[in-house]
Amino acid sequence: MPADPSTPPGLASIDAVTATLASVGYIATRPIATAVYLAHHLRKPVLIEGPAGVGKTDLAVSIAKSLQHALIRLQCYEGLDDSRALYEWKYGKQLLYTQILKEKIGHLIGDSDTLEGAFGKLAGFQDLFFSREFLQPRPLLQAMEQQGGSVLLIDEIDKSEESFEALLLEVLADYQVTIPEIGTISAQVPPLVILTSNNTRELGDALKRRCLHLHIGYPDAVLEQKVLRARVPGLPEALLAQLVAFIQLLRVQNIRKPPSMAESVDWARTLLLLHADALDEALVRDTLNVLLKRETDIQEVQGTLGQLTQAAVQAAAVPAARTPA
Amino acid sequence: MARDLGLPGIDSQLAGFVRALRAAGAEASVAEAIDAARAVQLVGYADRETLKSSLSVALAKSEEEKAICDEVFELYFRVPERGQDAEQKAEGQGQGGDTPPAPRTGDDEVDALLDMAEQQAAGDPGAMAAAMQRAGQKAGVDDIRFQSQTAYLTRQLLEAMGIRKLEQQQQQLEAGAEGEEGAQGSAGSALRQTLAAARARLQRQARAHVEQRFALFGKPATEAFMAEVAVQRPLGRMSPADMDRMKTAVARMAKRLAQRHSHRRRITLRGQLDLRRTIRANAGHDGVPVTLHFKHKRVDKPRIVAVCDVSGSVAAHVRFLLLFLYALQGTVADLRAFAFSNRLRDVGPPLETLPFDDAMNLILKEVGGGSTDYGQAWQDLYDQHWQLIDGRTTVLVLGDGRSNMTNPRLDLFGELAARAKRVVWLSPEGEGRWGTGDSALLQYRPFCTHLGHAATAADLERAIDEALSAYG
Repeated sequence: MPADPSTPPGLASIDAVTATLASVGYIATRPIATAVYLAHHLRKPVLIEGPAGVGKTDLAVSIAKSLQHALIRLQCYEGLDDSRALYEWKYGKQLLYTQILKEKIGHLIGDSDTLEGAFGKLAGFQDLFFSREFLQPRPLLQAMEQQGGSVLLIDEIDKSEESFEALLLEVLADYQVTIPEIGTISAQVPPLVILTSNNTRELGDALKRRCLHLHIGYPDAVLEQKVLRARVPGLPEALLAQLVAFIQLLRVQNIRKPPSMAESVDWARTLLLLHADALDEALVRDTLNVLLKRETDIQEVQGTLGQLTQAAVQAAAVPAARTPA
Repeated sequence: MARDLGLPGIDSQLAGFVRALRAAGAEASVAEAIDAARAVQLVGYADRETLKSSLSVALAKSEEEKAICDEVFELYFRVPERGQDAEQKAEGQGQGGDTPPAPRTGDDEVDALLDMAEQQAAGDPGAMAAAMQRAGQKAGVDDIRFQSQTAYLTRQLLEAMGIRKLEQQQQQLEAGAEGEEGAQGSAGSALRQTLAAARARLQRQARAHVEQRFALFGKPATEAFMAEVAVQRPLGRMSPADMDRMKTAVARMAKRLAQRHSHRRRITLRGQLDLRRTIRANAGHDGVPVTLHFKHKRVDKPRIVAVCDVSGSVAAHVRFLLLFLYALQGTVADLRAFAFSNRLRDVGPPLETLPFDDAMNLILKEVGGGSTDYGQAWQDLYDQHWQLIDGRTTVLVLGDGRSNMTNPRLDLFGELAARAKRVVWLSPEGEGRWGTGDSALLQYRPFCTHLGHAATAADLERAIDEALSAYG
């Protein structure tokens, strides 16, 4: 293991990563912890793909929280450009300053007789107006400027246009931003960069090659129970087992948008609020809209709800050994 | 566990893995291999699960590649087999105390082989695995292409390990034993047994090694080669095995097409200021034009209307055309697909809801079988779906134009051609047969932007590529 003084103790080993994330309630699987560990030590961004609601964004938030780093978030959308992602000149401030300094400038220029002389003097001031003073840093530049380390989350990169990926390449490969008027700003402490994608479009190879790639899928029963135990404390164990069994069953039904981790957490909270201690068909029917967000999906399972509930209750009752208490 | 295989040169191990990965169809670039090497330096080979997820994170860049990566990992970093009698031996030792030291020949090289075989038998396969790895490289085992090479390469591998000397010793002993029965006593026969056991063990391990290398390097290469051949094979003459192969091949071709045609939705017309948007954007700047907006040319998303003849002779081609088009659906093109033999039917719904094979069978059952009537198909298109055809539409017709002497309705087809952006007609028949018998293809020809012979999957790819290239 390389002795890197800038490594926070939370990233010192893969097990340390798992433990650190667990301390803020994020249950990381081995691949997730490995990816975070390697991202820090290889200084590479991580691209996370997977269905919505499995904890992609949450991973970045949890890392920032557990390491007490600043989280800088860039939400991507169609039409996102460099003035929203990198930096912008504070035009208003520039204008205001010119207005205020007008007389001063007039005074300075006044003593030169020729046009060339005045122009020469004015040229000297131009740099003043394009200095750090008038620079509005946007997320990517902000992340470069953090002194104490940061987590840069570039969320839903697939929503942006392909041209925006090209803009990211310099930032992701060298951790630096080039501003023509000022120069190149390099990161003091390279941020931990996390990109997420829901795969609505295929990302470019150039971007993929610069990133480590992590795929987070739907959790299995054991993992889901662990996560729910961490996220929804106070949930009765018996109900937890039934609930997870039901959701696992639901995911293999013929539905458009299977419930993901976010929905199971919501459902668990709902059931906790309702003081339920076992699943039954009526309860499931009443709260199904927490799990399924599409009308067609709800209709699809309406008919078999009784069977599903029963199967889940049975499955939860039999393999008690499956859940390591 | 693959705990410390004792192999010298970590990187040849990793390089082999990357090579196997590429052979299996995942694209791992040099840069990614370097990342993987740095990752392995960090995490080491000690923990198998960690190694697996590290390699997967660094080398595989999509869900499919992850699956390939995991599969190759299991094969490549296979847990070396423990000697079969390791446990028996351990038991024997427990009961009988120390076993006497195994007899040796006095020849260093042969003794080294005997040592290895015994270690492997005792449950420590490290030394033998390492030696086999080295010898395998010398014998060129990684270049294996066909299963029939297994026996030959196994022998080559054993010779590279120096088994010949062992065999010579064995023969000498045999000869000696026949000559003077019993004179050499039990020492000779014990040595003979040791040699025979070691040789059998080496042979078994060598064969296992070669078979593993075939699974890693040979099989994927053979599969890729067969798929390449299948792409060039006439679609009408496909064996069921080819059909399966084609599905993956077509998926790959479609991905290639999608990559080529998916970007460039907007082209900036440099120099032409978009005055309206510029004024709007700079209203906050007191009208001083600080940010400039330029005019764009919006590139149309390709819209394809596929009209497919599903009579017997063309059915196989239709299957592949639709497989192709549906792989591009959404990402590249807006697609509407119709099938007919006499009446036209919208086949979009079954293709979107059912698995592809089921949908295809349903379509062929419901639509196929009637007597072909192109005129009626145009009439149905005109009556029901005319609003789909406009200046942005490419109409893709797949059929042989054999219309059973019915009215080809050239008037409607002409109108269709005038209304659409392009009409591309693909015929499964060769040019020599156009217009023979009941084929009305030559009558349709003047209206088509392009009329071509599409016999193989490669032809289909080219035709779709051309159709998409007409946009932007």
